[in-house]
Amino acid sequence: MEKILTYIAGLMFGVGVSLGGMANPAKVQNFFDVFGIWDPSLAFVMGGAVLITAPGYWLVFRRGKPLFASGFSVPTNRTIDVKLIGGSAVFGIGWGIAGFCPGASIPVTATLNPDVLIFTGAMIAGIFTAKGLMAWSASRNLQADQA
Amino acid sequence: MELIETAFTPWASLVGGLLIGLGTVLLMVVRGNVLGATGILAGFMTPSSSSDWAWRATIIAGMLSGPFALMLFTGHLPAIEVPVTKWMMILGGFIVGMGVTYGSGCTSGHGVCGMSRLSPRSITATLTFMLAAGITVYIIRHVIGG
Repeated sequence: MEKILTYIAGLMFGVGVSLGGMANPAKVQNFFDVFGIWDPSLAFVMGGAVLITAPGYWLVFRRGKPLFASGFSVPTNRTIDVKLIGGSAVFGIGWGIAGFCPGASIPVTATLNPDVLIFTGAMIAGIFTAKGLMAWSASRNLQADQA
Repeated sequence: MELIETAFTPWASLVGGLLIGLGTVLLMVVRGNVLGATGILAGFMTPSSSSDWAWRATIIAGMLSGPFALMLFTGHLPAIEVPVTKWMMILGGFIVGMGVTYGSGCTSGHGVCGMSRLSPRSITATLTFMLAAGITVYIIRHVIGG
C-alpha cells in the first residue's frame, strides 16, 4: 500500500508538471520575460501547488505522524547563509538559461526528448561536481582544524 | 536562439499546480517526506540504504509515468518547446545541478514544500532563484539578444 501511494504521489506530480507547462522551456522563459513576450501561466502552477500544500501540510502535521513512518523527515536547518543564497542564485541563473528546473525535467525525461536528456545529464554532472567540491572543502577544513 | 510565443493557460496551469500540491501532501501523509525533486534525485543516486533507494525509485517511476498518464486524456505528450541552443541546455543543466546542491533545493523543495511550511530558508531561496532567473532571462533576451 505504501509503495502504491508513493507511486501515486509521484504520478500526480508528474502529471501536474506536464499539464501545468512547467516542463516547457519556452513557457518557463516567457514567464520570466515580463518585459517581452510575457506568459504569466506558471504563477498559477506555483500558486495552485502552494494553495493545496500549505493547508494540506498543516492538517497532516496536526495528525502527529505519517501513515507508514514513525515521524516526519522535514528539514530542520534554519541557517540563512551564503551557501543557501549563492546556491539558489546560481540555480536561478541556470533555470533562466535552460528553462528547465529539476522537478520539471525528471518526469519528461520519459519522453526521451533530446533536450531534456541533455539537460538532465548535465544537471546530474553538476550535482556530482558540487557534492565532490563540498566533500573536498569539508575534508580540507577538517585537516586545517587538526593542523 | 529564437523566440517562441506561448499561450496563456491559466486553467491548465492551475490544475497542474493543484495536482503537484496533492502529490506533495500525499507523500507527507504516507511517508513523512518532502517532495523536493533535488533531494529525491540526489538521494536516489547516492542512497543511504536499500529501503531509502526503494521509495525514491518508486516515486521517480510515478513521475516518469506522468507525461504518459496525461497523454491518455489529451492524446499527445506535453509540449516541450526549446528556444535555446544545445550548448545553453548543457551549461544551464550543469549550473542548475551545482546551484540546487549548494542551495539544498529547487522549485519543488523550496518553492512548494518549504514555502508551504513558511520556512524562512525556503522563502529566501525561492525569492533568490526567481529573481536570478528573471534577471538572467532579461539579460539573454533584452541585453545580449536585444
